[in-house]
Amino acid sequence: MKELFSHIRGAVMVTLALAVVCCGIYPLVVFGIAQVCFPAKANGSLIVEADGTVRGSRLLGQPFASDKYFHSRPSAAGTGYDATSSGGSNLGPTSKKLADSIAQNIADYRIQNGLATNAPVPADAVTASGSGLDPHISIQNALVQMPRVAKARGLSEEKVRALIAAHTDPADLGFLGEPRVNVLMLNLALDGH
Amino acid sequence: MHSYDWFQLGLYVALLALITKPMGLFLGRVLDANGRTWFDPVLKPLERITYRVMGVKPNVEQDWKQYTLAMLMFSLVSCVFTYAILRLQHWLPLNPQHFGPTTPDLAFNTSTSFTTNTNWQSYTGESTMSYLSQMVALVIHNFGSAATGIALAAALVRGIARHSAATLGNFWVDLVRITYYLLLPICLVFALALVSQGMIQNFKPYTTAKLLEPFTTQVQKTDDKGQPVTTNVAVTVQAPKLDANGQPVLANGAPVMLDVPKLDEKGQPVMTNMPVMIDQKIDTQTIPQGPMASQVAIKMLGTNGGGYTNANAAHPFENPTPLSNFLQILSIFAIGSGLTYYLGRMTKNQAHGWSVWSAMMILFLAGALVCWWAEAAGNPIHHQLGVAAAGGNMEGKEVRFGIFNSALFATITTDASCGAVNSMHDSFTALGGFVPLFNIQLGEIIIGGVGAGLYGMLVFVVLAVFIAGLMVGRTPEYLGKKIESYDVKMAMLALLVLAVSILGFAAWASVSKWGLDALNNSGPHGLSEILYAYSSANGNNGSAFAGLSANTPWLNTTIGLAMLIGRFLMIVPIMAMAGSLGRKKVSQASAGTFPVSGGTFVVLLLGTILLVGALNFLPALTLGPIVEHFQNHQGTLY
Repeated sequence: MKELFSHIRGAVMVTLALAVVCCGIYPLVVFGIAQVCFPAKANGSLIVEADGTVRGSRLLGQPFASDKYFHSRPSAAGTGYDATSSGGSNLGPTSKKLADSIAQNIADYRIQNGLATNAPVPADAVTASGSGLDPHISIQNALVQMPRVAKARGLSEEKVRALIAAHTDPADLGFLGEPRVNVLMLNLALDGH
Repeated sequence: MHSYDWFQLGLYVALLALITKPMGLFLGRVLDANGRTWFDPVLKPLERITYRVMGVKPNVEQDWKQYTLAMLMFSLVSCVFTYAILRLQHWLPLNPQHFGPTTPDLAFNTSTSFTTNTNWQSYTGESTMSYLSQMVALVIHNFGSAATGIALAAALVRGIARHSAATLGNFWVDLVRITYYLLLPICLVFALALVSQGMIQNFKPYTTAKLLEPFTTQVQKTDDKGQPVTTNVAVTVQAPKLDANGQPVLANGAPVMLDVPKLDEKGQPVMTNMPVMIDQKIDTQTIPQGPMASQVAIKMLGTNGGGYTNANAAHPFENPTPLSNFLQILSIFAIGSGLTYYLGRMTKNQAHGWSVWSAMMILFLAGALVCWWAEAAGNPIHHQLGVAAAGGNMEGKEVRFGIFNSALFATITTDASCGAVNSMHDSFTALGGFVPLFNIQLGEIIIGGVGAGLYGMLVFVVLAVFIAGLMVGRTPEYLGKKIESYDVKMAMLALLVLAVSILGFAAWASVSKWGLDALNNSGPHGLSEILYAYSSANGNNGSAFAGLSANTPWLNTTIGLAMLIGRFLMIVPIMAMAGSLGRKKVSQASAGTFPVSGGTFVVLLLGTILLVGALNFLPALTLGPIVEHFQNHQGTLY
């Protein structure tokens, strides 16, 4: 019995000690250093205009529908790009619901971009991401959308192509991950921000 | 399957091999109560104060029962602590979003989930948990349960390495030293590296951003109290259209169908409440904030896996770049890999440690390649619809990670008992999703959870040695110790508990209304969702086929029980085995002794793992992902 009590005391006190050290001191030290060394990143990589309006985060995607903007991927987060309810569709490979929604996305994408009715469509353009907040599209996807955006804005395709290139991140260190286009940053650039 | 992906895979294995020895040596110092480290000047005083408030004498060792009892007490007390915070978070500080208390069943599920190093999450972090709940109630287990796992592995290794010894170390000393000297310093550096990639670390309320292009969507209308407004409408059913003579109207030989009101027995129309939908203009995006980086660092290093956000490591804040992704997958395996070196060093048989490591790497590479190939091949049904086949299966995956890094992450997170996800396993192809499920069912012994992977693997080693002994007709010996019936019984018990609990709970759920109602997918994929949930819970993994709506009292409770069974009913027989091994005498190796290193041993170990692991679960897997694979290629939809 005495042994049990000594174990309970140990358990209670070590829980409190870990709470102080690992859940108090440690996150606060990380917070302090992060706020000094990487203030913009530690606070969400926010895009803030001169008047203080927050336009979004460079890491979080936003939905776009009109022809003059590049479109993000379909999103399963809330009503679309809802950053308080991140997540994917979680529909499996034999899901009819998924197949139907992909078929609809393909039809829409072909019409929007003036593609032939049997043209293959980039996979990322018609599938929902895991987070529902994917800020990126593939380069192929951006290039398919490029003529539409150029036409809607009365810009030359070369100009838009150059903007795509300027907002394309290569694979990290040349081999990690995929090259990708940040849609929000590209659209902000198109708007002249 | 690009060349730079192959290069990354090679680099990953090479880096892992490189850090294994230094990590193992460092573990040797941390797990020695009198070991010295570089951090002594800062941390030694803290360690001494901690022992003093706990009333622990650091140089008094415990036998296996005392050690296990101390571990159980710590788990119980810290679990209650978390339960209390989750239930009371609305009265506690650091809750800028004013989240209410969690329900009792969710608090039970979450506190057992984090105590058992599972980190199964039935909730959406960014809309449920206050900063205090995240930072204290959950993070304490990210450290505590990881340290507990490593401590238990160390106790088992001591049992194997020592002879004629009654004790296995002191649980409290192991717990404190692992947390202070191993986990904290690495996490501090790791968390800052993650912030440098874009991960958040702040205490601000959520930020409201003005969308570049506002949009209108249909949402459910709610009244002043936030309750959905409904309207009473007639239920309609489909019926054949009839002509003036009462004959069905045909079009191309098929009857034309019409929507008609459904009538009850009395001929009255059946009514139902339908939600009222209204147009809502959405012109803002609420951006979550909080102390994320400090939590994510230990979530990965301690193979906990519980996401700060619902999307876990798929969320752009929680895994901003492919580089942060690479660091995260390296950290999942780092300690577990080092523990195999620690095993070799403690047993003075480094070849044994590396042989165990090699067996793990073979299984890892096999899983990673199958998963990668399946995801790159994509879904034939979607290709037929017009998706470019070259892109692979991108449903549930992020563009920055692509196919390879999603498949690699999924394999690693389930080889280990991590359970963080950077893509949605539920949307993987049938075979791509089979790999994570199978990895968990093997017992997460491919590097495995910190500590848990090693003690799980050592159970298989004991069995492999036992089987080798039976084959040559000699008393089985493991590193000079006779493996007797008691040891084999305990090893088998640890394995059978897992199989019985996974299959039992999954069978129960798949024939119950509460189980079937939670499904997001039908057909074989629905069974996979249930099977994955209980495999993940018992294996203390925490990843999910996340379509399952798990936040219901039935699922929260059964999954909570499965996590407790999977953790503690496995640990107790293993600790009994550790105690028994520690008491044994060592006999000299002779020509007939089965060597526990080298190719023969690795093959025998792999055979034992695959036979025992695969045979238990093959029938269930056949009805889930395997049949789904064939249906997928036939074009069957559900």
